[in-house]
Amino acid sequence: MKNPIENILKVFESRIRLGIMSALMVNETLDFNALKELLGLTDGNLASHLKALEQQDIIVVTKQFVGRKPSTTYKATGKGRELFRQHLAALEELIRKQ
Amino acid sequence: MKTTLSNPGEDLQAIRDIMERSSRFLSLSGLSGIFAGICALAGAAVAWLLYPDALQLSSIPATPGAHVGLAGNNLFYLALIALLVLIAAALGATWFSFRKARKAGQPFWTLSTRRLLIHLLIPMAVGGIFTIILLYRNHPELAACAMLVFYGLALVNAGKFTFGEIHYLGLTEILLGFLAGIFVQYGFWLWATGFGLMHIIYGAVMYYRHER
Repeated sequence: MKNPIENILKVFESRIRLGIMSALMVNETLDFNALKELLGLTDGNLASHLKALEQQDIIVVTKQFVGRKPSTTYKATGKGRELFRQHLAALEELIRKQ
Repeated sequence: MKTTLSNPGEDLQAIRDIMERSSRFLSLSGLSGIFAGICALAGAAVAWLLYPDALQLSSIPATPGAHVGLAGNNLFYLALIALLVLIAAALGATWFSFRKARKAGQPFWTLSTRRLLIHLLIPMAVGGIFTIILLYRNHPELAACAMLVFYGLALVNAGKFTFGEIHYLGLTEILLGFLAGIFVQYGFWLWATGFGLMHIIYGAVMYYRHER
């Protein structure tokens, strides 16, 4: 049997990135402020984690204007959802082995 | 916070917590329901004491299409009582939920709060306007039916964004609304049951299930 640790992804080792992904699994899209509020983070901290997830194609970013205000929304990609599911399964596997 | 490998259980707990918090309004307190129910029963009692004739079973014809001779003045004050009940219940719901959020150390005004409100308020506002149209068109006997049915739809709609009990409370209100439309003579009593008694029962169930 495969070692579950192989499926534990580096990118999800941070609790914050895990949190962002958890929220995007149950919400179609979320904007920056909603994520900030939910996770209780500072702008800079959240932005750097979002950037990391974006670079790995785990989330996609959409920037648009609502009236005059810029709005940035985030959405999990198909690949991101699949990776997150694998990560969750690996976590559960780890617990069972403990 | 790199705890994944050392503590996967805590990670799973955090994931579950965020999924729940980001999709549902969990600060809704059962006490809000109990309070709303008491407001409705108090309103119904005041209406009954002030306008016993207008609400009496015999004054409302059971035949469909027969117009009801509720005096415009009485109707205005009955609508005013209903509006006051609504305002008091809404203030109470806000206060008890705010308190629950504060106790849990959670922010009150969040995405899930806004989502719950928008899904609740649109059908409720439509129902309110529709009820006014019924009164304007001289069909006060159908007001209880319309209020219960639209409020029930609003709860079913909003139920997805908070505790599951709200969904069933909504279905109960819709059922009572149908009964109030069929048995118009009992409209007042079904209104008091739906907005008074049912709020108290479901509120108590929610309080015992989630807040103790």
